[in-house]
Amino acid sequence: MLLIISLLVENKPGALMRITGLLSARAYNIESLTVARTLDPEISRMTIVVDVDSTLRQQVIKQMNKLVNVLQAVDLTESPAVRREMVLVRVRTVQETRTAVLKEAEIFGARVVDSSTEGFALEATGDPEKLDEFIDVMRSYGEIETTRSGVVAVSLEPKKLRLQPPVLTEAR
Amino acid sequence: MSTLTNGAKMLLECLAREGVDCFFGYPGGVTLPLYDAIYDHHVRHVLVRHEENACFAAEGYARATGKVGVCCATSGPGATNLVTGLVDAMMDSIPIVALTGQVTSKLIGSDAFQEADTFGITRSCTKHNYLVKKLEDLPQVVHEAFYIAASGRPGPVLVDIPKDVFQAQGHYTPVTSIHLPGYKVFTEGHTGQIRRAAQLMCEAERPFVYAGGGIIAANASDELRELVELLDVPAVLTLMGLGALPSNHPNFVSMTGMHGSYAANTGMTHCDVLIALGVRFDDRVTGRLAAFAPHAKVIHVDIDPAEIGKNRAADVPIVGDVKRVLGRLNTVLAEMRPERKGRLAAARQAWWSQIRGWKAEHPLAPVTSDSEIKPQHLMMEIDRLSAGEAIVASDVGQHQMWAAQFIRFNAPRLWLNSGGLGAMGFGLPSAIGAQFARPDKLVFALVGDGGFQMSIPELSTVASYGLPVKIVVMNNGYLGMVRQWQELFYNNRLSAVELDCFPDAEKLAGAYGFKGRTIDKPWELASALEEAVREPGPYLLNVKVSRYENVYPMVPAGGAINEMVLAPPQPVAVPK
Repeated sequence: MLLIISLLVENKPGALMRITGLLSARAYNIESLTVARTLDPEISRMTIVVDVDSTLRQQVIKQMNKLVNVLQAVDLTESPAVRREMVLVRVRTVQETRTAVLKEAEIFGARVVDSSTEGFALEATGDPEKLDEFIDVMRSYGEIETTRSGVVAVSLEPKKLRLQPPVLTEAR
Repeated sequence: MSTLTNGAKMLLECLAREGVDCFFGYPGGVTLPLYDAIYDHHVRHVLVRHEENACFAAEGYARATGKVGVCCATSGPGATNLVTGLVDAMMDSIPIVALTGQVTSKLIGSDAFQEADTFGITRSCTKHNYLVKKLEDLPQVVHEAFYIAASGRPGPVLVDIPKDVFQAQGHYTPVTSIHLPGYKVFTEGHTGQIRRAAQLMCEAERPFVYAGGGIIAANASDELRELVELLDVPAVLTLMGLGALPSNHPNFVSMTGMHGSYAANTGMTHCDVLIALGVRFDDRVTGRLAAFAPHAKVIHVDIDPAEIGKNRAADVPIVGDVKRVLGRLNTVLAEMRPERKGRLAAARQAWWSQIRGWKAEHPLAPVTSDSEIKPQHLMMEIDRLSAGEAIVASDVGQHQMWAAQFIRFNAPRLWLNSGGLGAMGFGLPSAIGAQFARPDKLVFALVGDGGFQMSIPELSTVASYGLPVKIVVMNNGYLGMVRQWQELFYNNRLSAVELDCFPDAEKLAGAYGFKGRTIDKPWELASALEEAVREPGPYLLNVKVSRYENVYPMVPAGGAINEMVLAPPQPVAVPK
């Protein structure tokens, strides 16, 4: 099943590799992965969509939480959360179809981010299924190129982030 | 104001402050500055003959003491040679700090001479790893590495250090705090769950303790013993747990699992409450999971939350340090006064007599012969000389299983073996590490003829340091365990398992300047072992045992643990 995992991760070299390594070691295929820093530049937020056997769901989350650089890993698959994705579509148009393309874009709430005699570059956001439809519609007008951002998600439940306090050592 | 120093000296200073008295390594190009500092530093460096063995020796040291073992290798091939040892330490939760040299920072990524992506390669075989980019970070990283290796569920941590960091000049500032905001260590255990566990234990009619390496890692043997005695419950230990409860304890049944005893595995199958302590329900213990302890409610105590429910769902999960949890559990149990009256008392009595019955029905009986040395006979003789007190560092294979069945261990940290990974070549180098850690102890390196030949280079280390390790080779001329499976499951088609051309032990040991001998008669065994033990220095005893003996009982892979093969299949008489 497709699991949506939201992680808070220390912004350190190798952190991403540790997380993806956990998945690749078990031969899980990553559907999408996004990373960017949070308000605290030392912490990054990651959203991963990954195909995991449903019985191993908890195990994957636990293994991620074990990583030293992972501050928190949460399974958002079924919990209240907003999941959104962005797509950039470059669609080639001929004079006759330009208006129709723009109309369709408007229906999907897409914005024109570039316009030329060749066609348009459109930007749309939404849940992944809606973007699938948008892409299908655009494809009906001709050759297109797309770049999807992958899902970003935010939990609607307040999740307390428990950070471990420093361990004082005798001066080593 | 501290004096100006360099990275190499700073590293050794960190090791000294961590209480490291010796570490195991092999030098190379990029660790030259480090070895220059080692030249006149008081922390002892032990030169092994292969980096893999540096890691195994550090493991032997750690397993025998509970302290963090340290090993050191150069970049590239040195670092890649550590990998097997790191995976081994990872699988068996052994605290190791591995130090590797790396090519000069500016050359990283340029395919420089002896460059390998050590940080990337060792990501999956360490609990955590570091690539140090500047000297200022070095002390903090090294102390963090020791902290991570030893705390929580122990494991290996690798620190990769470029040559220029060893050479850089700077001032050492003592490290006063370690801040790892995402590193969660659960120690206490949930109070409510501990009460529930105690309740369940008191009400059980057929309780059974299944304890493992976690007890040894947590130094919780005393607490385990107290629990077992408070409840008067039968207990089995895993391969990794041997010694956690003294082998001569009346409540100890035997090792459990694929080559565990009939009583251990049958007891596990019939119990109604399984008290799992510091174990991970490994496939070599559980056999077919669906048929494992099918009637049991499971109490599972482990420091690693990811182990709980991984293979078997726990009815009472307790995440915590097994020493602390057992300490609290014992207090609760003592308050509850698990006095058994009436029906429960009768049930518990019946349970014990069942266990004793199974033990008597199919005991782990030593096999001997008048004409040849049976492997079991060898183990019984080692057991006689050890009397539960010697350190036995085993290699991997049939001899390991026979040793686990027949050699007693009256304390933890005496039985050292590669349990999870099953890494051949582990025995001799880990014995070396253990002997450095415990110079007072009699140390056996108990190895097969296969694993021994993987670690032959270390004979030189043994000789060089005059280590009184007793190397006992159980020599059947085969990769015995592989052959056993070929016999049983591959139609007796013995493919690439015969090891001929074993060297003459006397000449081999003699070439290194110590004594060696080969024996093959059962009447020579006792005196030959005694002679080896009496010898003040190292000794190589090559014991030629009966070639076709196999390890029983045995649970075939994928079978239920109570469906054991108890004895070799009888040959079918072919009519002439």
